[in-house]
Parts: sequence; C-alpha cells; structure tokens
Amino acid sequence: MLKILKVTRRFGKKIAVDGVDIEIGDGQMVGIIGRSGAGKSTLLRMINRLIDPTEGAISYADREVSALRGAALRAWQRDCAMIFQQFNLVPRLDVVSNVLHGVLNRRSTLSTVFSLYPTEDIHTAIDILDRLGIADHAAKRVEALSGGQQQRVAIARALMQDPKVILADEPIASLDPMNAQIVMDTLRRIHDEDGRMIVCNLHTLDTARRYCDRVVGMRDGAIVFDGVPDELTTSVARQIYGAGESFSEASTSTSIEVLEPIREPVREPAYAV
Amino acid sequence: MTDIALRGVDGLKVDYLALVRRRRMYSGLLLVLFVALLAGGFGLADSRNAGGFWGGLTQIFDFPVELMREAIDKGAALPANLWRYLPAMIETINIAAVSTLLGAVLAVFLSLLSTRGLARWPRLMPLFRRVMDTMRAIPEIVIALVLIFVLGGGPVPAMIAIAFHTAGALGKLFSEVNENADLKPIEGLSSVGASWFQRIWLGVLPQVMPNYLSYALLRFEINVRASAILGFVGAGGIGAELRVAISWGTGRYDAAAAIFLLLFLTIVAIDQLSSHVRNRLVGGH
Repeated sequence: MLKILKVTRRFGKKIAVDGVDIEIGDGQMVGIIGRSGAGKSTLLRMINRLIDPTEGAISYADREVSALRGAALRAWQRDCAMIFQQFNLVPRLDVVSNVLHGVLNRRSTLSTVFSLYPTEDIHTAIDILDRLGIADHAAKRVEALSGGQQQRVAIARALMQDPKVILADEPIASLDPMNAQIVMDTLRRIHDEDGRMIVCNLHTLDTARRYCDRVVGMRDGAIVFDGVPDELTTSVARQIYGAGESFSEASTSTSIEVLEPIREPVREPAYAV
Repeated sequence: MTDIALRGVDGLKVDYLALVRRRRMYSGLLLVLFVALLAGGFGLADSRNAGGFWGGLTQIFDFPVELMREAIDKGAALPANLWRYLPAMIETINIAAVSTLLGAVLAVFLSLLSTRGLARWPRLMPLFRRVMDTMRAIPEIVIALVLIFVLGGGPVPAMIAIAFHTAGALGKLFSEVNENADLKPIEGLSSVGASWFQRIWLGVLPQVMPNYLSYALLRFEINVRASAILGFVGAGGIGAELRVAISWGTGRYDAAAAIFLLLFLTIVAIDQLSSHVRNRLVGGH
C-alpha cells in the first residue's frame, strides 16, 4: 500500500503539487491525467525521491519513504522503478548493459564500474528482453533503436530491478500511435502477470480509460477526480483540463481506432485570409 | 525475429556471453600492457637520469623549502615587492590578453572552416586542419626566439608567438564544440534562404558562444603562464624579473616569492571572472 499524505511541493513561490492525499493499493494500475504543468511529473518524481516533498509524507508498507537517506533511500529507489518520457537510457551502451543497470543497487560499485556482472544477471536480462520481444537487439547500441524499442528497453531495466512499484512518467508521449499501443500493452501485461503496482502519468484520456483500473485527475497541483474509468465522462474531463465546450476527446487521442472524423479545423486569424 | 526463431533465446545468451568474455579479455590485456609499459618506461628513464630518481627523491623539496624560508625571513618586504613587480605583471597580462584575443578570432574562422557540416568549402577542410596542426606543432618559444632575433626584444614578438599557437590550439577545441552544435537551427535558417555567413552568425554562434568563451578564458590562463616563460628569453614582463630573482645564490628569493604570489592571484582572478561571465552568458536573461 502506497500512502501519500498531504504532500506539497513548492518551487520558489510556485506550488507544483498542492496537498495531495491519496492511497494506492498493491497490484493496482492507476493512471494520472491532467494537462501539462498540473503536477503529475512532480508527484511521481517525489514518490521515486528524485525530488523531495516540501511538506507531507509518502509511505510504502508502513515505512515512511520520504524520510529515507543514503543506502536506505537507494534501496527504496530500487524497489520503485521509474520509466521516463525520454527513456533516459545511456545511448552509447548496448541494450543488455542498459538493462543490467537495473541491478546496480544490488551489486558492488567496483564490479559494476568494470562491467563485471554475474552470468545469471546477464541471463535474466536477456530473458526479460525476450519477454518484451526485443531480445534480437540485445547486442546493439541503444541509440540505434527506435523510440518504441528504447522505451521497451527502459521497461526491461525497470523489470530488472524486480520492483514492487513501477512509476511511468508519460511513457508514450514521445511515441507514435503504433509504438504507444505496444508500450501500454506491455505495461498492462506486466501488471496482469506479475501483479506489480503501476502508476502511470498519461495525457490522453482514452489511454487512461482503456488501460487503467483507476483514474486520478490532477489540476493545478491538486487532485480533482479519483474514480473508475467509467465515471470519467466528457464533462469531468473538461473540468480536469479546464477546457471549454470546444474540448473534444478525439482531437487529443493517440489511439488508432477511436478516431472519428474531426470537424473542419478552425483557422488561426493570421492565416484566415 | 528470424534469429530467435532459428536459434532461440539460449543462442542469444551464448552469443552475448561470448561478446562479454571477449570485451573483458581485451580490457584485461590493455590493463596488463599499460602496467608493463609504465614499469618498463620508468626503469629506462631512471637509468638515463643523471642523478637517479631514488637518490634525488629526498631532495625534491630542498629548493622550495629554502625559497620559502628566505621569503618568510624577509616577510616584511613582501608588500613593497608586490608593488614593485605589479607593472611587470600587468605587462605580462597584457601580452597574454592581446594574444588570446587575436588567436581566438583567428581560431573561430579556422574552426568554422574545418568543421564537418559547417565548412564553407568542404574540400578545403583538410587544408585548414593542417594549418591548425602546424600552428600547434611549433613551440611558441621557438617562434618567440626567431622573432626576438629579427624584431629585437620586447613584448611584440612574444605576443605574435603566443597568438600563433593560440589560434591553432583554440581552433581545434572550437571545431570540436562546433561538431556538437545542433544542426536543426541551421537547417531552419537554410529553409528561409540564409547565406553561409548568416547561418553561422545567427544559427551556430549563439549555441557555441558559452563554450568558446570558457575555452578562450582557459587559454588566457595558459597564456599568462606562457608569456611569463617567454620573459625568460627576453620578451619582457614578469618572466624577465623572475629569471633574475630565482637564480641561485643571489639572495632574492623574497622577490621570487612575491612574483609567484602575483602569478597565483592573477590565475585565481581569471578563474573567478571566467565562471562569473560564463554563468551570465548561459543563464542568458
């Protein structure tokens, strides 16, 4: 059980996350939606402790992770994997080496600096790659892979950590619809097969509705919606995004099937001769 | 997927482990080679040494200790000495500053003409690179000695010698900075019909300026030291004073200490200035 208690984060005078209070049970797949700057990323980065909360506490399994320091903090980060929008892999290293980074916390600094990983780690890494369907690329440099493949390498690194929680910060925002679907299918499959908790920031409603058991809406740093996907009606979505009548879900969708013909685009005044 | 279909994931594991073993073997061999070369080279160098490394090791600090002792004994004269050598220090800084400026301007053009993707005449790139190599290869002290012979002693030969070397050294560093510049803005400017000079001036320089500046300021530091050394061979400035002060047995180590202190303070000042200016430029508000 992940508990976030009245967590606030300020950057100077700006409040990025404002008194967020939420509990997420083990094995849930939760989607967090909201427009850019709503505080979704800041919230995930605080859970992984890439940044610290200004106020409030975050605890997992009755242990306050927001108070951890040093080795204990790094051990928490091992248990709480993070997947980034821009993949955040090391481009010049090969795929397996990047996946092996998932065990850095368990192995000694000296042996990892010289890339001396145990053979069973290498086997595990290749098995994970095989599970995600990219074992063919094992020996290639990451920079030679497409975005969708790179994101799957990042997911493989996360799985290598054998984490209790997987956080995904806009995992499909830099991908085309086809690759976005592969990556979301992969995350859902990991959730269904391994029963790991997954918290996923998304900026498209249909993805959240389709893949998540529970959807949380954020606006201006606060939670404004928390419920099952079916409760996420168009009027609720308008409220989350602070949009007017013109808001249409289809216009932001990245899914291949749902697209209905979008009405004639309104021209910008400067170009409407 | 064909590879997997044929050999399965176990085949991949075997292949990858073979790759890992090969890499480890190469790293191990390199390490052994490196240690062997280092040990062998040391033995050779030590056998050719007139005095011998181990015998001389204990005496390394004799000279600095003597210098420091004398400087401390005459500590009261330090402010007067600092004041006395300040004009010579300023002359040295002037030589360094002018030569850095001239060298850097030349280096900008040379680097832009020899960077892949940016060069005005791509076929002439090797020519400009060899020009820079030549400029770096000739020691500045050689150029200075020749020029002092032709033009007579003074700061001008030193300035030309250092600027020549600086152009080659900075040109190389600048062209590496250029290679890392993002080509997208340049493509954007090409798309609006900009000329080569416009593309470079408006698309490349804003990206590379902070790095140019920090390399140029690092070079300024190096050039202060270089112009001090050229003072030893008759180029004026603090080097000429240092040569007189540091000679053994003249009893002027207090002056030498004051000169070292001036040099140290100059380097610190340039370093502070460098990080300050660079932060302003990168912050860009």
